[in-house]
Amino acid sequence: MTDLYKLTISEAAKKLKTGEITSLDLTQSCLDRIAEVEPKIQAFITICNQSAISQAKESDRRRTENKPLSDLDGVPFAAKDLFCTKGVLTTAASKILNDFVPDFESTVTKKLLDAGCVLLGKTNLDQFAMGSSTETSAYKTTKNPWDLARVPGGSSGGSAAAVAADECIFSLGTDTGGSIRQPASLCSVVGLKPTYGRVSRYGVIAMASSLDTIGPITKTVEDAAIVMNVIAGIDDKDSTTLPNKTPNYKKSLAGDISGLKIGVPKEFFGQGMNSEVEKIVQSAIDFYRRNGAEIVEVSLPHVKYALSVYYIIMPAEVASNLARFDGIRYGYSKIKNQKSAIKNLEDVYISSRTEGFGDEAKRRIILGNYVLSSGYYDAYYKKAQQVRTLVKKDFEKAFEKVDILITPVSPTAAFKIGEKTDDPMQMYLSDIHTVPINPAGVPAISIPAGFTLDNLPVGIQIIGPHLAEESIFKVANAFQQATDFHQRKPKI
Amino acid sequence: MVDKNIKSTNNSWVANVAQLARIELTNAEETKFAGQLGAVLENFELLNQVYTDNVEITAQVTGLTNVFRSDEVKNPAGKKSRDELLSNAPEVEDGSIKVPGVFQ
Repeated sequence: MTDLYKLTISEAAKKLKTGEITSLDLTQSCLDRIAEVEPKIQAFITICNQSAISQAKESDRRRTENKPLSDLDGVPFAAKDLFCTKGVLTTAASKILNDFVPDFESTVTKKLLDAGCVLLGKTNLDQFAMGSSTETSAYKTTKNPWDLARVPGGSSGGSAAAVAADECIFSLGTDTGGSIRQPASLCSVVGLKPTYGRVSRYGVIAMASSLDTIGPITKTVEDAAIVMNVIAGIDDKDSTTLPNKTPNYKKSLAGDISGLKIGVPKEFFGQGMNSEVEKIVQSAIDFYRRNGAEIVEVSLPHVKYALSVYYIIMPAEVASNLARFDGIRYGYSKIKNQKSAIKNLEDVYISSRTEGFGDEAKRRIILGNYVLSSGYYDAYYKKAQQVRTLVKKDFEKAFEKVDILITPVSPTAAFKIGEKTDDPMQMYLSDIHTVPINPAGVPAISIPAGFTLDNLPVGIQIIGPHLAEESIFKVANAFQQATDFHQRKPKI
Repeated sequence: MVDKNIKSTNNSWVANVAQLARIELTNAEETKFAGQLGAVLENFELLNQVYTDNVEITAQVTGLTNVFRSDEVKNPAGKKSRDELLSNAPEVEDGSIKVPGVFQ
């Protein structure tokens, strides 16, 4: 069989189990596909040709011995280059980590490797996950497989584009303010941001620790549930992981949506929203109405402040997290690159950071230190933390009335490369519908819901209460079972 | 809130904060960042519309407190793990990271 790279996880797992294909067939097919389309898409920073092949052979050996590690044994995936991978270059798409090879494995990649999955490579992102287009990457800009002149979204743009272009069977992303959901929407793939604390952050380079989440980017909702079954759960290396038992997410896919109460928050529609996007989201809502769900208009009065809250709290945490990059222990260092120019220890800090960080990281470090500085702390940081409480309560109140919320993911379809790079505020506004979810900590998914007249993908966002990933999967899968948007492929 | 005029008419806050964050900016970068971040700071003024007296802060959303794990050594230290940890350091001497002097 050819075109194995097109398989979903669920399809691949079945064929591997019956022996119809081997992991080597599948892995080689993905690597060939990468070689074919990567010159156009530029989704990867590192491609692990050799180790992927040897992992695939190991998997096939286990299969022949009837000792597969899991149903996913032998399925190839890609990880955003923010996940520390033992022995594999990990850059965060920043020059300051241009030669960093971790000596440890992130919990999530370890869980997948322990399940027998094959790591194909590390995908491009906005530097330190800061951006909405992959354009702040120090290495390359990933192209949207649906239109190579447009961005794939970000920051997990490489992971979303790699799945959309069938360069891998699934991938991993991170989401601090929309970095899984927005690129998933712009590339027509499925992207889940789990409840904060549901998936361990250990070994993932931190951006804003109270907002960062880890999640799957997949071809179907079913696949997202399959990956969550592997990666969710408590981790003694991340004290913010939740002790609640992890359900079997696959079981949630078959649920009935009739009688379900779906809230449509009015604040997510209107101003700045593209009319084609609005039409697509409305037609998805109509689908649920036709299928017996009750559609209720709700109000989240404080979400209009969420972007301001986010752009205070996030940079404050960035300023703290990125203080560790100092040219002393790892990463780009003036000591290594031009030792003669150094007079003292402070020179190492200043020159390594100045030369190593890109503009967006510098902007956020400066903004973060500013909002935390004496005299401004109460006015900015404390105020933002208080409004965060109000945003969180808005969601709690809404979920007293409805089971689930449906909104747009992004106000527009994919924008042109270079369109927003000179105006950070415009770039930040492209996350206006995804950002409010992170301060509240609730789960949300983006699924393919249609295409504009220019054939650009548009997703819808389905938001659930704290730890209600199962409801999200049920609602998302009902739509996917009745539509074929997720099956359409870009012509590359 | 903060006096808006200070930050919109003067770039010095950018230079001051950058220096504290150990980042050097050229004059051109300073002007560029001040303009770009000025627009972001203006957006923060929106928060003045929200009444927050007596509203608790939210620093994290898990509700978890005092999370402990047992104090067990899982990866015994040894030369191998020390060398692995040091393998990314720019300069190493006798199993330690070497840095330039604080004063010169």
